[in-house]
Amino acid sequence: MDRIQAVLARRAERPLVIPFVTAGFPEPGATVPVVCAMGAAGADMIEIGIPFSDPLADGPTIQAASETALAGGMTLRGVLTVVREVRLSPEMDDVPLLLMGYCNPLLRYGLAEFVRDAADAGVDGLIVPDLPPEEAQELSALCQPVGLSLVFLIAPNTSRERIGTIDSCSTDFSYCVSITGVTGASGAGGDSTVEFLQRVGEVASKPFVVGFGIKNASDVKRLGPHAAGVVVGSALIDRLAVAADRVSVAVEFVGELVAAARSCGRRD
Amino acid sequence: MGDRDGYFGEFGGRYVPETLIPALNELEQAYRSAKSDEAFLLRLEDLLRDYAGRPTPLYFAERFSEEVGAAVWLKREDLLHTGAHKINNTIGQVLLALRMGKRRIIAETGAGQHGVATATVAARFGLECVVYMGEEDIERQALNVFRMQMLGADVVPVSSGSKTLKDATNEAIRDWVTNVATTFYVIGSVVGPDPYPRMVRDFHRVIGRELRGQHMEVSAKPPTHLVACVGGGSNAIGFFYDWIDVGPRLIGVEAAGEGVQTDRHAATLTKGSPGVLHGARSLLLQDADGQVQLAHSVSAGLDYPGVGPEHAWLNAQDKAEYVSVTDAEAVEAFHWLARVEGIIPALESAHAVAHVRNMAATGLSADDRLVICLSGRGDKDVAAVAARSGATGHG
Repeated sequence: MDRIQAVLARRAERPLVIPFVTAGFPEPGATVPVVCAMGAAGADMIEIGIPFSDPLADGPTIQAASETALAGGMTLRGVLTVVREVRLSPEMDDVPLLLMGYCNPLLRYGLAEFVRDAADAGVDGLIVPDLPPEEAQELSALCQPVGLSLVFLIAPNTSRERIGTIDSCSTDFSYCVSITGVTGASGAGGDSTVEFLQRVGEVASKPFVVGFGIKNASDVKRLGPHAAGVVVGSALIDRLAVAADRVSVAVEFVGELVAAARSCGRRD
Repeated sequence: MGDRDGYFGEFGGRYVPETLIPALNELEQAYRSAKSDEAFLLRLEDLLRDYAGRPTPLYFAERFSEEVGAAVWLKREDLLHTGAHKINNTIGQVLLALRMGKRRIIAETGAGQHGVATATVAARFGLECVVYMGEEDIERQALNVFRMQMLGADVVPVSSGSKTLKDATNEAIRDWVTNVATTFYVIGSVVGPDPYPRMVRDFHRVIGRELRGQHMEVSAKPPTHLVACVGGGSNAIGFFYDWIDVGPRLIGVEAAGEGVQTDRHAATLTKGSPGVLHGARSLLLQDADGQVQLAHSVSAGLDYPGVGPEHAWLNAQDKAEYVSVTDAEAVEAFHWLARVEGIIPALESAHAVAHVRNMAATGLSADDRLVICLSGRGDKDVAAVAARSGATGHG
């Protein structure tokens, strides 16, 4: 039943590929087929973004995707409906779905109600970028009994001691932000990111993935060996934004990323 | 009070991406050590006196008083360098930036007043200054854009979201996340993640503290009412803070825009609900899905869908009361004060003036002693008010 733990076990073979799409982008009906197709194409987990009016950790691509999604009528309730529909697809049975979104819509929904409804819809985990562990005690206490996994962020300027704290607060794994910056920024694949991931590896007892600014197969090859998985968001959304056939574009891109991850293999 | 762990009751906190947590810790430590450093405090005091023009006068508004049937004083923050209270805070924060070795200053601005105050002090100290401003505001406030550029600041247009202050703040936070090692973010109000709300408050406390001595000189009895406008709430909290729980009624005046019964207002404390915006839990204007709504006010400085967390707490504790006045009432008071006292107030401050006039309509006593924080001067608003007067046929 624990999809996340089952998938994390596979990181021994190759880095996991975790695409991100904003729910309702570019239109309300677009998300379910794209998510299901990416799952079938080998995505190990999938992050679904909850659009928000003030996405202060996001760069221009995801800001614009959020605006488009909100203009199209996407809401938090709508995001949970997307998850329910994805879960109807048998091939998605084993693919963990993580929601990523800012805390205000969750608070407005009611944290307790949201956690209950998210677990019920088939969500496996939550990433709330503006909720550091200090502010997340209530959400943590609510998630634990229903088995929702909380994923906290680690940044390149996070101290060693604090990496340990975040690692212990994350339920199954943490999310390393490749650079100091917003989503879609450049410079993610550099030496300093690799050094950062190695530093996290010395402290963390749980697995960690890396995201922000990871754009293509070569970034996956470069960073994949140093993390449990790689998250690709803005680069995917940029492709979807101009795609004539979104499903085939998503399948092709995820295929490239998975192939790159396979080529990494694992040192012992 | 209420400062423990960066919270004011249930409001406040640090709802920010992880990248900013080390920066906020560093800021918190620098601020704590500066507060007890005699040399820092002396330098701040010198600049507030000789550069900004403190203390500001406490002016007995004689004709105003006659008109409303009670004694009214104006705390003249409008006489400060750059024309508003904002410079109290930008001097303080820029001194902190210097102390921390940060040579790059960023700020957000709505009407441009905070941007001008930041650019001014950055110029004074030879620091690089970048000001984020919504595209819509850039169009509406061309004069302030030019002022900032004259002062050497780089004004960056923000085209995301509503293209106003809310989005300029998001963009400033994104810049800070990206350039956190070299950059100091000078927030313009008592909003944002801890320690900003209490730090900005402390830099503005000088307003209410000066009032203590000044009022004793002119009246044997303390004031009965302190009245200030509230957008984010920086002039109000600085004015109120030393007077909490000591007697006067503390009245914050929000912008009711076209009316609090419409969806075009900025009355966050009157009509908002709890939520998180720009790093703090406070009250905010939002829809049923938790999306932040656009605020509206004729006064660009009050046109913000959030409010400082300490005001949300003072409101919840009934330690201060919050009311609102409409665009029309504020513009009327703008004209009225100009004629009655020969003082053209900022449209923001005109909201506080308008409320005192409203109070007079329902009965002030001859024993009442009111002090209004006249937070800024109205030069910046003259063109907009003239355009509006033309449109509405106002004198």
